[in-house]
Amino acid sequence: MRENLNIFTKVQVAAPDYPGVPIGEAEEQRVGGIYHSTFMGRFGDAQIGPIYLGATGIASIITFFIAFFIMGMNMAASVDWSPIEFMRQFFWLTLDPPPAEYGLTFPPLWDGGWFLIAGFFLTASIMLWWWRTFKISQNLGMSNYLAWAFGAAIFLYLVLGFIRPILMGSWSEAVPYGIFSHLDWTQNFSLRYGNLFYNPFHMLSIAFLYGSAVLFAMHGATIVATSRYGADREIDQITDRGTAAERGALFWRWCMGFNASVESIHRWAWWFAVLTVLTGGVGILLTGTAVDNWYLWALERGMVP
Amino acid sequence: MSMLSFEKKYRVKGGTLIGGDLLDFWVGPFYVGFFGVTTAVCAILGTALILYGASQGDTWNVWRISIEPPPLSYGLSLAPMNDGGLWQMITIFACGAFGSWMLRQVEISRKLGMGLHVPFAFGFAIFAYVVLVVIRPWLLGAWGHGFPYGIMSHLNWVSMIGYQFAAFHYNPAHMIAVTFFFTTAMALAMHGSLILMATDPKRGETVKTGEHENTFFRDNIGYSIGALGIHRLGMFTAINAAFWSGICMLISGPFWSESWPSWWNWWLELPIWS
Repeated sequence: MRENLNIFTKVQVAAPDYPGVPIGEAEEQRVGGIYHSTFMGRFGDAQIGPIYLGATGIASIITFFIAFFIMGMNMAASVDWSPIEFMRQFFWLTLDPPPAEYGLTFPPLWDGGWFLIAGFFLTASIMLWWWRTFKISQNLGMSNYLAWAFGAAIFLYLVLGFIRPILMGSWSEAVPYGIFSHLDWTQNFSLRYGNLFYNPFHMLSIAFLYGSAVLFAMHGATIVATSRYGADREIDQITDRGTAAERGALFWRWCMGFNASVESIHRWAWWFAVLTVLTGGVGILLTGTAVDNWYLWALERGMVP
Repeated sequence: MSMLSFEKKYRVKGGTLIGGDLLDFWVGPFYVGFFGVTTAVCAILGTALILYGASQGDTWNVWRISIEPPPLSYGLSLAPMNDGGLWQMITIFACGAFGSWMLRQVEISRKLGMGLHVPFAFGFAIFAYVVLVVIRPWLLGAWGHGFPYGIMSHLNWVSMIGYQFAAFHYNPAHMIAVTFFFTTAMALAMHGSLILMATDPKRGETVKTGEHENTFFRDNIGYSIGALGIHRLGMFTAINAAFWSGICMLISGPFWSESWPSWWNWWLELPIWS
């Protein structure tokens, strides 16, 4: 059986540089050169680059580094610019949102102002990157599934740092930038609103998150297990079904009485992943705005043991 | 009737691990085999015991039904049926059903000439479950450390264990597990999207090719892992999500009993800082 595992690519073809599907004049935006890595080729594709940057791509990278730099400098300032203390306390360092008394006004830089500026640049960076995902699929004549899935994740991000703070009337509600501080925020958020486990949208989000892992384990394993029949060529299997798709489908039909098709498994995948962040965003949006205590909410509905 | 148009030629004898040809047949769309029988027996008995346990409780409200593990005072011994014994029986049948299901996947894989990747991956999910209800309780010396079988009650159990360690998010294995879960969901969205973008393109466009797939991600992030690579990667991250979930519970209690935030003190006390 061992030769059928196909976990690593053992025989690699040294392919020539391939800049990508021709896209006319826009091709000038493909930069960064093309490299081939035998190491990467063992796991996946050996070619690295090029990347299509364009004005939005460059602007996205610049705004990201501005946000990153502001966070880093604020953290460095909090340890009095000591490089050793910066490393030592790195996981504990944080750039916090302004205190509640400032509401939705702009606070002094040292008291949350930098946080808002960093958030602005981070959001600008994400939005510019989002624009690119539409632009690149347009160049290639593809549809926008990825752009809309990314949009769903952006929805959750905006709920956490923008929409909900506005509804609550204070930027202090936003999530801090820091390793441990954002974990503390999560736990305090749950405690403050009566345990988020009782929030039905949190339940749905977790179910879709775990479901996504189950789906990818099932799908990834099925494709690798039938890869010697050419299962990884999914477009071919969708448009002209071969024995790889038939075996993969029959595996699940015989196992659990039901099977997806090569196309529909990707629709299941898309919805599970997208609903993880959509239901999560709705759950956060309702917390503190529509519902003050999820424990009492569940208690009133007879759900609590 | 329950057969797909192309199914008949794949329904051949062989590939069984045990029982030879005896149970080598299908019922409707389901393959049976020796492990199909053991799965059914374990699943039916386990479900029946859950229903019986619910009937002994004080509610039929589906959110509040709960089958509790035995009180800690029973240690690692068998408990009376209505005092955790049911939980012990259900756990045994659950392990039997999950293990049988995995071995059934092995038989089906062999029958279809597939690799054993699916049962291998499922094994990690079983591992996470077994850690929670067998290995960790056993290491802690009482079956009462398992989690209760109920919708809200298992959530309460998770909350309680979390606060027992002050802030469970500081558990390094939990951090790794959550990161793998989020990464898996993101990779799944990216992969699902890409296939649909190629095979369900803009109105008026023809179906795209594998070169379009690679080009999209090279244009977008500078690297495309490739059609085979993404399935290896997805399987890897999903398996790791389950594995580290198991590990993060395995170490909580048996190998670390203080608060998880205080575990990080070793970092602050590294000799390199002075």
